[in-house]
Amino acid sequence: MRAPIGPREMAAYASGAKLTRLQGIGIAVAVLAGLAIPALITDYRTFQFTLVLIYAIAVLGLNILTGFNGQFSLGHSAFYAIGAYTAAIMMDQWAIAYYWTIPVAGVVCLVAGFLFGLPALRLEGLYLALATFALSIATPQILKYDAFAKWTGGVQGVVIMKPDAPLGLPLSADKWLYYFSFVILLALFACAWNLLRGRTGRALKAIRDNPIAAGAMGIDTALYKSLTFGVSALYTGVAGALGAIAIAFVAPDSFTFFLSVAILVGMVIGGIGSIPGAIFGGIFIVFIPNVAENISKAAPWAIYGTFLILFMYFMPAGIWGFLRMVYAWWQRRRGPA
Amino acid sequence: MLNRRNFVVTATALAVALAYGHAAAQNKYDPGASDKEIKIGNTNPYSGPASAYGTIGKAIGNYFRMVNDQGGVNGRKINYISLDDGYSPPKTVEQTRKLVEQEQVLLVFQSLGTPTNSAIHKYMNQKKVPHLFVATGASKWGNPKEFPWTMGWQPSYPSESKIYVRYLEKEKPNAKIAILYQNDDYGKDYLHGFLDALGPKAKTMVVAQLPYEVTDPTVDSQIIKLKDTGADVFFNITTPKFAAQAIRKAADIGWKPLHLLNNVSSSVGAVLTPAGLDKSVGLITSAYIKDATDPQWHKDADYIAWNAWMDKYYPDGDKKSSFNVYGYSVAYTMTEVLKRAGNDLTRANIMKVASNLKAMEFPMALPGVKIDTSPTNFFPIECQKLAKFDGKKWELFGEVICP
Amino acid sequence: MDLFLQQFFAGLAFGGIYACIALAVVMIYQATDHLNFAQGEMAMFSTYIAFTLISAGFPYWWAFLATMLISFVGGVLIERIIVRPVEGTSVLNEVIVFIGLLTIFNSLAGWIWDFTIKPFPSPFPKEPVFGNKFIGTHDLGVIAVTLVVLGLVFMFFRFTPLGLAMRAAAQNPDSARLVGVRVGWMLALGWGLAAAIGAVAGMLVAPIVFLEPNMMISMLLYGFAGALLGGITNPVGAVMGGFMVGVIENMIGTYVPFIGHELKLSVALVLIIAVLVFRPSGLWGHVVVKRV
Repeated sequence: MRAPIGPREMAAYASGAKLTRLQGIGIAVAVLAGLAIPALITDYRTFQFTLVLIYAIAVLGLNILTGFNGQFSLGHSAFYAIGAYTAAIMMDQWAIAYYWTIPVAGVVCLVAGFLFGLPALRLEGLYLALATFALSIATPQILKYDAFAKWTGGVQGVVIMKPDAPLGLPLSADKWLYYFSFVILLALFACAWNLLRGRTGRALKAIRDNPIAAGAMGIDTALYKSLTFGVSALYTGVAGALGAIAIAFVAPDSFTFFLSVAILVGMVIGGIGSIPGAIFGGIFIVFIPNVAENISKAAPWAIYGTFLILFMYFMPAGIWGFLRMVYAWWQRRRGPA
Repeated sequence: MLNRRNFVVTATALAVALAYGHAAAQNKYDPGASDKEIKIGNTNPYSGPASAYGTIGKAIGNYFRMVNDQGGVNGRKINYISLDDGYSPPKTVEQTRKLVEQEQVLLVFQSLGTPTNSAIHKYMNQKKVPHLFVATGASKWGNPKEFPWTMGWQPSYPSESKIYVRYLEKEKPNAKIAILYQNDDYGKDYLHGFLDALGPKAKTMVVAQLPYEVTDPTVDSQIIKLKDTGADVFFNITTPKFAAQAIRKAADIGWKPLHLLNNVSSSVGAVLTPAGLDKSVGLITSAYIKDATDPQWHKDADYIAWNAWMDKYYPDGDKKSSFNVYGYSVAYTMTEVLKRAGNDLTRANIMKVASNLKAMEFPMALPGVKIDTSPTNFFPIECQKLAKFDGKKWELFGEVICP
Repeated sequence: MDLFLQQFFAGLAFGGIYACIALAVVMIYQATDHLNFAQGEMAMFSTYIAFTLISAGFPYWWAFLATMLISFVGGVLIERIIVRPVEGTSVLNEVIVFIGLLTIFNSLAGWIWDFTIKPFPSPFPKEPVFGNKFIGTHDLGVIAVTLVVLGLVFMFFRFTPLGLAMRAAAQNPDSARLVGVRVGWMLALGWGLAAAIGAVAGMLVAPIVFLEPNMMISMLLYGFAGALLGGITNPVGAVMGGFMVGVIENMIGTYVPFIGHELKLSVALVLIIAVLVFRPSGLWGHVVVKRV
C-alpha cells in the first residue's frame, strides 16, 4: 500500500509553522461566526451545528492519526463509543455532572488508544486497516455483552438527561450545549495546532513519510506512533462524550462500522492533514445525507455514493485543499499586476 | 331601547361572536393541523443495512395518497413527511427534531425501530407531541403513566412469547426447549418474555439459548449445536433471512422438534417459500394480521382491496413482503384516529381518541383480532391466534388468545 | 464426536466461501496493489444479474457464464470510467471512491430487486454425496469450485506473460511502463478478473445465505481476514486462510462456553490479528523487504 498522502499535500503542509496575518484574520472571523451562529438560528438548527462541531472534533482526531502520522484507521467508531459510554455511565450510574465526563472520557480513550496502538505498531497499511475494521465490528458486540449489561444497559442502551444552561443563563439547552462544545472544540483545535506545528509535528510527519529514515534520525517511532494513537483516540473520545450528551442516549446501534466510515469520509472530504478541514468534514457528515435524501427517497445511498465520487474528482485534496488552491490561483492572478 | 342601527350592530356582533364561538368550538388546531391539511411526521431507514424495513414507510405514504385521492380526512389532506434515519439513533433524534420543530408536524407516527424510538422517547413526551403506533414490539411503549404521549401498535414481543408458553404448558409440559435469538433488543425482549412466562420451570425446561448477530452470514452453526442438545422444542426468534436459514438447516440435518417460529418471520412468500415449503410443514406461529401470500385469504374483501391498492398505489412494492400488509393496516388505524378526532385536531385530543379505541376492526386483521385501548392500556393489539403450517398455508387453530 | 465433525465441516463449508472471496481480494490486490471495499457489493450485484437471467429462463450454467462475462466487462468499465480519475492521487481518495461504489451498489440493488430474500438455485444435486450426514453436496461443490478457481488464478499469475505483466504493473508501475507494459489496461483487466471471481463467489454464497442486498457486507470482512491471515500475496495462502477463518470461528462458537456465539467473531478476529502481529505478512505470504 502506498503512503496515504500524495506528494502534493506533503509539499503543502511541510511549511507553515507560524500564523500569517491572513490566517489570524481568518481564525478571528471563523470564531466570531461560530459565536454568532446560535443567535441567528432556531434550536433545531443549533442542535445540528452542535453535531457538526462534535463530528469535527472526531474527524480531527482521525486526521491526527492518518493525515499527520500516516496510520490508517477504520476503527474510530470504537473510541467514539468508549467516550460516549464513559459519559453516559458516569452520568447515569454515579450522577456525575456532564462537564466532568469530558476529561474522563478523554483520558479513558487516551489509554485505550495507546494500548491498541501498541500491537498496531507491528501492523501496517492493509493489516492495520483489518485490525481497526475488526475493532469497529467488535465494538457493538462487546457493548451488548451480558456481563457488562449492568453498566451499559446491554441492547437497551442508556438514556441520560440533557443539561440546562448553568447559572440561570438565558440560553436554551441546545444553545448552551453548542457553546459548551464550541469552547471545547476551540481548545482542542488550538492544542492540535500547537502540537503539530513544532517538533512533535515534524516527527509525526517524518514517521509518516519515511519511518525507517525517521528511526535512523533518532525519533522513537514506536513511542510516537502509539502516543499518536492515544491522542487521536482522546479527541474522538471527547467527541463521543459530547455526542452522548447532545443526543441524550447511547445504544450499541449508534456506534456501528458505518460511524467509522462516516468519520473517515469526513476526514478525506474535509482535507487530509488539515486542521480547519475537519470543520468541513463535520458539515459533510451532518448535512450531505439529508441532501441525498431530499434528492431521492428510493435510493438515498446511491446519491450519497455519487456525491463521494464527485467530491473526489473535483476536490481531490478535500474542501480545504480546494479552498487553498482557489486562494493560490487568486494570488497568482493578482500577483503580476 | 334598541334603535335600528344599534340593533344591526348588535346583531352583527352577536352573529360574528356566535360564528366565531362555533368555529372555535369545532375547529381546534395545534401546530401541523389546519382547515386544509394535517401534517404527519415519520422516520424510517431508507438507507443503510436496515433499509429492508423502509418499505413500511413507503407503504404508509402510498396509503395516505389513496386517502387524499378519496377526499382526505374530514376534508383535510394528509401531508406525510417521512425522513430517513438509517436506523441510527443519533440521526433519528436529528430528523425527529426537524419534524417537530421545523416542519411543525401534528404528530409523529410509526417511527421505526427500538433503539431509534428509545432515543426520542423522552423528547416526544417533553414536547407533548403524540408519538403514535411506533413500529416496534418492545413492551416499553405501553407505559401511559410515565410516557402518556407514546403508544405502540403491534402485539408486544413478550406477549407473543407468553402465547407460546401457554401452548407448551398445555401440549408439551415436559418439553426440552432450545432457543435461537437475534442478539439485540428485539431478540432479547422475546427471550426474556419467554423465560419470565415459564417462571421457575425455565431452569429445567430451557436446555439451550444461543444468540446470533445480524452481521453473521448464517445460523447453521447454532442450529447444529441446538440439535445436539437433544431438545424437542425449538423457539426460533429470528428475522426473515435467518428464519429461512434455520428452517432449512434444521430439516437438512434431520432435526424435527416442535418448531415455534416468531410472527416476524411467518410470511409464506418471503420466508417459508425460500426455505422450502416441504421443510416448513409443522411450524407453529402466532399471528394477528393476514399473510398476503397465504392463498386462504385471497377471496376476502379486505385482501382484494389491499391487492387493488398495491396495484394502483404501490406497483413497485413487493407483494410478498409482509411489511406492506403491516403498513396498510397501521396507516388505516392512523387515518381512523384522525377521522374520529373530527375537527378537534389538537395533540391532546389525538391522544384522547387514540387511547379510547374500543373493539375497533381493521383491514387485514385475522378474524377475531381487534384494536382495544384505554387511558391505562396503551397496547392496541394484544390478541393473536396460533397457526400451524400444513405445507401450503397457515392453518389457524384454537381460540383467539389474549395474554 | 458427531457434533465436532458437523461443526468442523460446517466451518469448512463456510471457509470455502470465505476462501473464494479471499481469492477475489488477492486478485485485485495483485493487479492493483490495494483492496476494494466495494468488492462484496459488486459480487452481490452480479448475483442479482444471474438471478434475473435464471428467472428469465436461461439454463443455470449459461447464466453462470454470462454473469461472469458481464461482471468482467462491468469491472473493466468501472475501472476505466469511475476509478481512473482518482488513481494516483492517494490511497485514501481511492478508498472514498470505493465506499461510494459500495453505497451505490447496495442502494441500487435494494431499489431494483427489493429487500425480500430470494432463493438462489444451486447447480449441485440435493442428495448428500455417499449418503454422508456431515457435509452437503453444495458445500462440497463450493470447495471444489474454489479450488478450481484457485488453480486457474495460480497458473495465470505464475505461467502466463499477461499475469506477469499484471503483477509488474501493480508492484512497480513506472518500471513496468518502461518495459512496455500497458499499465492502465492491466489495472482494468485486474478489476475485470476480480469482478468475475467475485461473481462466482456471490453465486456460490447465495444458495446458502439467500440472496438479498446486504448478503455480502459482513462476508467481505471474513474474506479480507482470510486473505490477510493466509498471505495476500499468495493465492494458495489466501485460500488456506479462508478455510481457517471458517473453521476457527465455528469452533470458538461451539466450544468456548463464555464466549459462545455472542463474541465468536470478535474473538476470531483478535486471534487473526495476534497471528499477524507475529507474522506480519500472513502465514504463507512473502516477506516484503523495504528499501530506504
